[in-house]
Amino acid sequence: MSTVKESSPDPEVAGTGAYTWTGKSRQWFLRHLPPDKLLPEDQPSYVATWAYVFGMGAVAGLVFIIGSGVVLSLNGPQWYHVSSLGHFTNSVHLWSVELFFMFMVVHLWIKFWMAAWRGGRLLTWITGMVAFLVSIVTAFTGYLLQTNFDSQWIAFEAKDALNAVGIGAWFNVANLGQIFMWHIMLLPLAVGAVVALHVVLVRAHGVVPPLDAAGTDAQLRDSNGTSPEPEANQP
Amino acid sequence: MSRIPSPMSRRKGDDIASRPWRGRVRDYDLFKELTIGVVVVGLLVLGLSAIFSSPDDPGVTLKSWAAAAPSDFVATATAELGGTSGTAGYGPPYNSTPDASQHLGFFNPQELSGVRLPVDTANDFVINPLKTLPTPPAALATWSAATADQQTKWTADYTTALSAAPNGDPARVANGNYGPVPALTSALLGMANSGNLDGVLQNSGQPYNLDYTPTILFLGDGNYFPDLATTAHLTGDQWGVMNETGNTPGQSWLWLFSLLYQIEPYKSSPNADILVVATMLVLSLLLTLLPFIPGLRSIPRKIPVHRLIWKDYYGKR
Amino acid sequence: MLELMSQAPSPITPGTYFGWGDVMIQSGNLVVIIAMLVLFVLALVLPFPGGRSRK
Repeated sequence: MSTVKESSPDPEVAGTGAYTWTGKSRQWFLRHLPPDKLLPEDQPSYVATWAYVFGMGAVAGLVFIIGSGVVLSLNGPQWYHVSSLGHFTNSVHLWSVELFFMFMVVHLWIKFWMAAWRGGRLLTWITGMVAFLVSIVTAFTGYLLQTNFDSQWIAFEAKDALNAVGIGAWFNVANLGQIFMWHIMLLPLAVGAVVALHVVLVRAHGVVPPLDAAGTDAQLRDSNGTSPEPEANQP
Repeated sequence: MSRIPSPMSRRKGDDIASRPWRGRVRDYDLFKELTIGVVVVGLLVLGLSAIFSSPDDPGVTLKSWAAAAPSDFVATATAELGGTSGTAGYGPPYNSTPDASQHLGFFNPQELSGVRLPVDTANDFVINPLKTLPTPPAALATWSAATADQQTKWTADYTTALSAAPNGDPARVANGNYGPVPALTSALLGMANSGNLDGVLQNSGQPYNLDYTPTILFLGDGNYFPDLATTAHLTGDQWGVMNETGNTPGQSWLWLFSLLYQIEPYKSSPNADILVVATMLVLSLLLTLLPFIPGLRSIPRKIPVHRLIWKDYYGKR
Repeated sequence: MLELMSQAPSPITPGTYFGWGDVMIQSGNLVVIIAMLVLFVLALVLPFPGGRSRK
């Protein structure tokens, strides 16, 4: 006579948590970035200032950099020398890069004066800085792909800096084939990944509140007019 | 007993910055704002492109160099033969010239990296290209048969004679014993003028070659190419790192990198490049880790620009 | 072929530069930098259109 062994309760049903790597990761993500935090319909009242448009401006610039970059890649590096549409696309690529950096740097200045790393937002600051630095390298490799006088001279000069630190043989600025792969594939992937992580972190932590915001501020009082509990001291 | 993190700390404590915002909110449409942003930036980009376009100054070929400045070409070819050019004395990764590499104290990464992109200027830039000619000059045999000392003497004497000649013109060089050097450099000039040398130097015997190292190095060893760069304000002492040809903005975010080359101790140091790169790496690291640095991270509190940023918030407290 | 040829006219466009002492800046870069400073200041002082406030 067989006996049916009672199976252990399903953790999902019992609500005690997931039991697989996948499930545990899902729970972690949902806890830190629930859908209404990722795609909200409101924002804190203090975000009503022009200071906050520059991050989005930089992302918009990036959209045009990538779009024009894709068109340039599909047509090859010589296209823009011989086609007026190609030359225009090259101009779009150049100016979207200039605007991208302008917005990104003003965004950086503003985030510094906001001390935007407060409240556990260290990684947001770091990913932002890394995005800046990787973008600089990406732009530099782009200038090397111009296949004109400027790119020749930049290659001739830049080799000194890279050779001096010992990486010139592996990052040969005069080797168009090598630099092409860096600029159109490896570095854009890196920029994309870091920027995506940066944006997700902003959504997860929320936009940093004003310095010196206090529990007694009008914007933090609930509709009954009473303040929330005062700032708790660390136990 | 635990510490309360300072208000400027990046640590998550129990202060308002660490908690989710529970205060007043305003309506906000993320996708709509993103769309508006893309449209506005798009109009700006398309407008700027239509009005200002982008520069495209044509590159320099060995042919255009030979046509524009043949004396400079010949003098450079002589230096490559004699191993006295910039490339010949560069050190790693092109060759192993002693004491040529840059270093930071004992740290010498250039030397450590080794000769990974070997360039033998005499053979790679002059002798081997000439050998590809349908009728290679007889002077080649004279050159190969000579001793290294003899080769050095010929090229050194010819270099001196060229610089003494009016306008450096090889046709007006004083008589002397220069061996096969005048014939070799003249033949190379002929190869350059016909456009042949560009292909031979560039493809290094392969049908597909995207490595332009020999051409870039050869061009840079002369005066013509660097002089063009000076005209365009692209050299190191002209803040050239930030610049683009013409009036189109360049990489203005490289302002600090460019600035360092203008000031001591970088300006006159033989190790300028490694010093500048090291400085920039350190400064970038400091900025990246700013939230960890006590004095610097308090600046936003001490100089209250935030009072302007959030003036509406502070006004309605 | 070896007679001295006058330098061919340079195909390189020099651009307009401003210099003060050791500092030399291209007109394009100067415009970009000034534009960034202007944007920064405007972001601090320009009033922001009010949106609907909800609790």
